[in-house]
Amino acid sequence: MIVMIPRKKVPLGLTIAIPVIAIFLTLCIGAAIFGILGFSPLGALYEFFIAPVSRPDQIGDLFVKACPLIITATGLVFCYRANVWNIGAEGQLVLGAVFAGWVALNFPDLPGIIMMPAMIVAGVFGGICWAMIPALLKVRFNTNEILVSLMLTYVAALLIDWLVRGPWRDPMSFGFPLTKMYSDAALIHRVEIPGVGMLGQLHWGVVGALVLALIGWFVLSRMILGFQVKVMGDAPRAGRFAGFNPNFLTIGVMAIAGGAAGLAGMVEVSASMGQLQPNVSFGYGFTAIIVAFLARLNPIGVIFAGLIVALAELGGDNAQIVLGMPQVVTGVFKGILLFMLLAGETFNRYHIEWRGFAPPLNVPANPVKEQ
Amino acid sequence: MSAKPKTKLTAKSAKKSAAKKPLLQAIKLNKSFGDFKANDDVSFQIFPGEIHALLGENGAGKSTFVKLVYGLLQPDSGALLWHGETILVRGPQQARQLGIGMVFQHFSLFNALTVAENIQLAMPPGESIAQLSGRISRISEEYGIGVDPNARVHNLSVGQQQRVEIIRCLLQDPKLLIMDEPTSVLTPQEAEQLFTVLRRFAEKGMAVLFISHKLDEIRALTSRATVLRRGQVVGSVNTKGQTNRQLAEMMIGTKVKDVARQKAPANAPVLFKVNGLTRPNETVFSVALNNISLCARAGEILGIAGIAGNGQDELMTALIGEWRGQQQGVMLLNGMDITQQGPAERRVSGVGFVPEERNGHGAVPSMSLADNALLTNHSLDGAARFGLIDLGGMRKKAAAIAAAFDVRLPGENPLASLLSGGNLQKFVVGREIIKTPKLLIVAQPTWGVDVGAAVFIRKAMLDLVSKGSAVIMISQDLEEIFAISHRVSVLHGGKLSAAVPAAKLTAQKVGLLMGGSAPVTGGSTPAAEASI
Repeated sequence: MIVMIPRKKVPLGLTIAIPVIAIFLTLCIGAAIFGILGFSPLGALYEFFIAPVSRPDQIGDLFVKACPLIITATGLVFCYRANVWNIGAEGQLVLGAVFAGWVALNFPDLPGIIMMPAMIVAGVFGGICWAMIPALLKVRFNTNEILVSLMLTYVAALLIDWLVRGPWRDPMSFGFPLTKMYSDAALIHRVEIPGVGMLGQLHWGVVGALVLALIGWFVLSRMILGFQVKVMGDAPRAGRFAGFNPNFLTIGVMAIAGGAAGLAGMVEVSASMGQLQPNVSFGYGFTAIIVAFLARLNPIGVIFAGLIVALAELGGDNAQIVLGMPQVVTGVFKGILLFMLLAGETFNRYHIEWRGFAPPLNVPANPVKEQ
Repeated sequence: MSAKPKTKLTAKSAKKSAAKKPLLQAIKLNKSFGDFKANDDVSFQIFPGEIHALLGENGAGKSTFVKLVYGLLQPDSGALLWHGETILVRGPQQARQLGIGMVFQHFSLFNALTVAENIQLAMPPGESIAQLSGRISRISEEYGIGVDPNARVHNLSVGQQQRVEIIRCLLQDPKLLIMDEPTSVLTPQEAEQLFTVLRRFAEKGMAVLFISHKLDEIRALTSRATVLRRGQVVGSVNTKGQTNRQLAEMMIGTKVKDVARQKAPANAPVLFKVNGLTRPNETVFSVALNNISLCARAGEILGIAGIAGNGQDELMTALIGEWRGQQQGVMLLNGMDITQQGPAERRVSGVGFVPEERNGHGAVPSMSLADNALLTNHSLDGAARFGLIDLGGMRKKAAAIAAAFDVRLPGENPLASLLSGGNLQKFVVGREIIKTPKLLIVAQPTWGVDVGAAVFIRKAMLDLVSKGSAVIMISQDLEEIFAISHRVSVLHGGKLSAAVPAAKLTAQKVGLLMGGSAPVTGGSTPAAEASI
């Protein structure tokens, strides 16, 4: 019988050892799978984990890939901590890109000092608007936020598709579904590190993402608002007893998540694309859900989880390009990595005991009569 | 060990033990949770036809012991003997097959289903509702348990629901019936009916293991009691030869201090007044409140008696402010209208609340005590500045509450879920009393709490009123109502009777009001109250 006992305290060594063991096991299993499929195990692992981060500029690119995940997941953490299941960050992200794009495309001559804040506000506002639809419906009519937010994702995808093919299409795009390029003021620039120069595509949005995650952690662990969110998620009745307003909190966390997703959309377009196109997101809104849970709903953890997931994505792309590995195999490998990390998490929280096949019985040699 | 109860085991019962073979025998059962020994070499025996009490404080190991017997937990070491043969109880299903049935403190019935449907869910498949209804009727007749198989559970009183649970056990033909705190939700009359049923079981040769804190009942009902303290057996005694005080002392190991109710000051000022509170019912399962009026005076405890499900939850959430209607001027605290204030604002106005359910209502089990201290202090001075929580201050506050209210902590700033029920309740009550609120509103302050903790909590409430505060106590425990309230009202069917001085009431009179058989003397007006 295997017994799981919750740990009262997690030893520091274990906190470090468990992810290391998890990654080691992933490598072993991955190597075995690659070997069975006829790829060189070590070569494949190299392409997966080492090649994508073997040069400083690639490390910069890793952060760029993680950027929208970190921003979006930080917002989602608030929702999930409050037991509000916003699955539609993808749509909120797209709306952020659209609203910010509207500013950039309609007022191309704004100076940078006004353009950037205006686009940030517009992006956040767009995400919030999209998130308010499921939030208000839930508060007013008790609809299911999972379904509403998920379905709105597809609406958002069709909306941007229509915009870039129709009213917002650049007449000079030779029929491609693309808007005009943003003016320079509407672009997020790359970070120039003194003495090092530019690090791949590393842009200021990444810095913003890291700061945002830190702010998220601070609000969640140190502020009354974060406390309200946690109480509402863990024990809604205790939240009402404390005097917290559940409707206000539902709307609040949806606004936080929607705003963050919208910001991620704005950053992604301004930093990496420079114009709107039918696909402004590559499933970041959905991947961010995994990131949030991999981080155990902790905004600091979101930074690391975002980087790990981004690495798996980049490694998968790289293995496909270099080795011609089928996409499904890279998908399986990514799955194994996440599975191992989450399983390791369980060992972090519980301590496992093997109790033999039956509960042990130490029957006293001669059962004494009671008293 | 101060008490030496082992010597009190009478020769007669010892002879009886030798003559008869025990039905169930536990030999040196051990069960630890981490470093904590919940059961430490517990030996125990129960004979056919015996009603045996298991006594002990919260955290003494009673629940652990019955869970070991019922197969919900596995012992670390030791043996269980059933009819003299060693058994392994791997789970409740196996326990039921052996002939061990258990009625839990909290019922597991679906409100929207009928009695027969509920029972069918627990039975092996293959029996139709009609067949089952027939068996239910036969069993209820045989033991004198009146339950209609076709009644919907939400229409049943708590006592009737308990009978459904008992019948569900009886259908499995048990030899041993374990009852966990069965009377905590019953009127005195209902409890007496339950005892009649249990005595009938014993006459038929069935053994009953009865867990309770109420010493009067234990002496009235059971023949022997096994007392547990800190996981160890203190002794098995003949209950008839013991006084309540002796039993209580065995249980807690120290001399029991009685709580003495001080006389309420004459003509004390009215601190809090409720004037015609009405609340429509939201669901078929809730009770509407009908024109409720009451007043709480400085220096006294107003007890609100009544059986569960007569509007206690609705009244409590309205008093807390979790529910607010459209009315104005219904609740006046020191003349200030607090009807439309939320719970946080009411706390700022000087009211403290202790809801009935500690887990998930009064406290968040998954959070630390410091966070739980913040739960009812966040709107008060010093808890937060500019939205920033004073974490150190809250930790200090939690430690201060624990120190002042004898909350035993398993570590520094532990999660609330790591505290035993009695300790968590002391924390939840202490969290409010330490603020010296002008008005304290409590529901079931000692529900499922051991004698030691109950005495402590009651004493703390009396100390609070002696400082000039008012306490409103909603309780289903009549013993408690009579022990400390100065005036008593009865809540029945969403109506509140006029408050009567406790000295002028008898348990029978209140019991009748609780059962609704005597007319509730109208919605009391403040004028009528003033004349008392």
